[in-house]
Amino acid sequence: MIAESRPVQRPPGARLLVIDAAGRMRHVPRADLATMLRSGDLVIANDAATLPASLHGTHIATSTAIEVRLAGWPTAILDDPHHFHAIVFGAGDYRQRTEDRSPPPILHPGDRLALGPLSVRVEALLGHPRLAAIRFEGRPDAIWAGLASHGRPIQYMHVPAPLALWDVWTPIAGPPVAFEPPSAGFALDWRSLVAMRARGIVFATLTHAAGISSTGDPELDNLLPFDEPYSIPAATANAIRAARARGGRIVAIGTTVVRALEAAGARDGIVRAGNGVATGRIGIATKLRVVDALFTGAHEPGTSHHALLGAFLDETMLRRMDAELAANHYRTHEFGDAVLVERDVGSGRLADPPRRAEKIV
Amino acid sequence: MGEPYDRQSGGLPSLEPALRVAITGGTAGLGLALVREFHRRGAAIAFVARGRERVERVAREIPGTHGFVGDLARKHDIHPVALQITGSLGGLDVLVNNASSLGPVPLALLADTECEQLELALATNLVGPFRLTKALLGALSASARQGRGAVILNITSDAAINPYPQWGAYGASKAALSHLSRIRDAELAGEGVRVFARDPGDMDTELHALALPGSDPASLKRPATAARELADAITAALPNSDLRGVRPV
Repeated sequence: MIAESRPVQRPPGARLLVIDAAGRMRHVPRADLATMLRSGDLVIANDAATLPASLHGTHIATSTAIEVRLAGWPTAILDDPHHFHAIVFGAGDYRQRTEDRSPPPILHPGDRLALGPLSVRVEALLGHPRLAAIRFEGRPDAIWAGLASHGRPIQYMHVPAPLALWDVWTPIAGPPVAFEPPSAGFALDWRSLVAMRARGIVFATLTHAAGISSTGDPELDNLLPFDEPYSIPAATANAIRAARARGGRIVAIGTTVVRALEAAGARDGIVRAGNGVATGRIGIATKLRVVDALFTGAHEPGTSHHALLGAFLDETMLRRMDAELAANHYRTHEFGDAVLVERDVGSGRLADPPRRAEKIV
Repeated sequence: MGEPYDRQSGGLPSLEPALRVAITGGTAGLGLALVREFHRRGAAIAFVARGRERVERVAREIPGTHGFVGDLARKHDIHPVALQITGSLGGLDVLVNNASSLGPVPLALLADTECEQLELALATNLVGPFRLTKALLGALSASARQGRGAVILNITSDAAINPYPQWGAYGASKAALSHLSRIRDAELAGEGVRVFARDPGDMDTELHALALPGSDPASLKRPATAARELADAITAALPNSDLRGVRPV
């Protein structure tokens, strides 16, 4: 895959590799996603908006410049902006490789951090010098105002221009609870929702607090993804039940939707409305109980997103997918190219697959 | 075939949170009256205005409301404002785009209107509502999918219809906003989001006093009266509003 250097979340030429349950592959424009689905399918997306979670400031005790990246919610309740888990860096910013960032000063419980207009206390270290539980002081509205004026989206060196909030909100972004964008949602625009409806495809959303993708520290990166709270509306739980009853498939837009739905249905495969926390990783050993197909960005082997595809494709198919993406010069997920994979459940096929891989773009 | 945008059935509406309403220009005139009216009806309210001191005063005077500082004519304020609205309310059911600019003050013939004054009227009255709606449409459509309904109300004026001399910048911007509302309503019908524009009538407000300093306030509509009518219109456009404690008072 080709890494590029521009943020292009809605590139008109983005491509989609479709792999059906029988392992057949085809290439189509990403904009044709709706035509790859069929009447009765239920498409579920993550409507989390992305917080401006990067906060520069000072560690008061040592007068040291720091960057705090909000990285997790400590509970399943997403409406209290006081408490977060955070990764703390020393001086510097996203223009350096995350791996090269300096460590923060030694943090102690009770330490004060001044982050622009926001005042923060370190409550505890979470087993690593860079990972802390923190608490914003003040009333919730003042915290929201401080985040809005001082926070910036978390970003990485491969995108040199500073990102604005509008760059990291998907078209359907609603509650601001994610730390990095649920990026598969960038493929959705309002036209695509109209196209789905016209084809008899049902659309629903859940809210999943997508976490950070890199900490710069191998030990911490091994813990990714962190626990992520989610909220499933009653309407979405009902839509899943209805889709199952009519034989429609559950199609997840993005890996965060898979995490939320599989966590919610872990007990008996039935997704109930309400809040929960998705823990652990999904991978080759996971037996999916809810999701039938996944639309996600083209991910490189070795990432947790790529590993999650192992729940849908066996190792042979995963390797075939990687080879197909490389041979066709797919770009990485930040740049719009994507895959749609259906797990082999012995029934159900994506619409009208040709007999062999067929290049359309 | 399924029921993509049907309201959820079998829920417990009484357990749902109150109606969540965002109002721009919420510290004076009609906007302030709308904050008071929806507060009286039990809604959760976030409001936005440019002046910090007034925002803080209104938030103090009407406990439980969430006041934020922002200038909707400024592109860079839009997403931070949207973040504060959805963050503080946890979602959004109703957006009232009320903040308005007259353009030139005192009012001026179009021939005497500076381009920058026209641009300011368009930025505040047309582009600002367009942008804020775009930033909040995800939250609003989520409410619609969950059976709560979603309404966008754009405040317009009879100056959008009648060619009153000296009201050119304001009237043209409001005419555009009215038409934008009709098109958006048609486009969003399938999502369950209602969009409409309403002329509240000539009211006794600061904006009106700026435009026509000589008017007799007694001849003008009280903003509270207009706010009640508009809140009724919004409530009527929502499904099951009577089950959520948001009923005409």
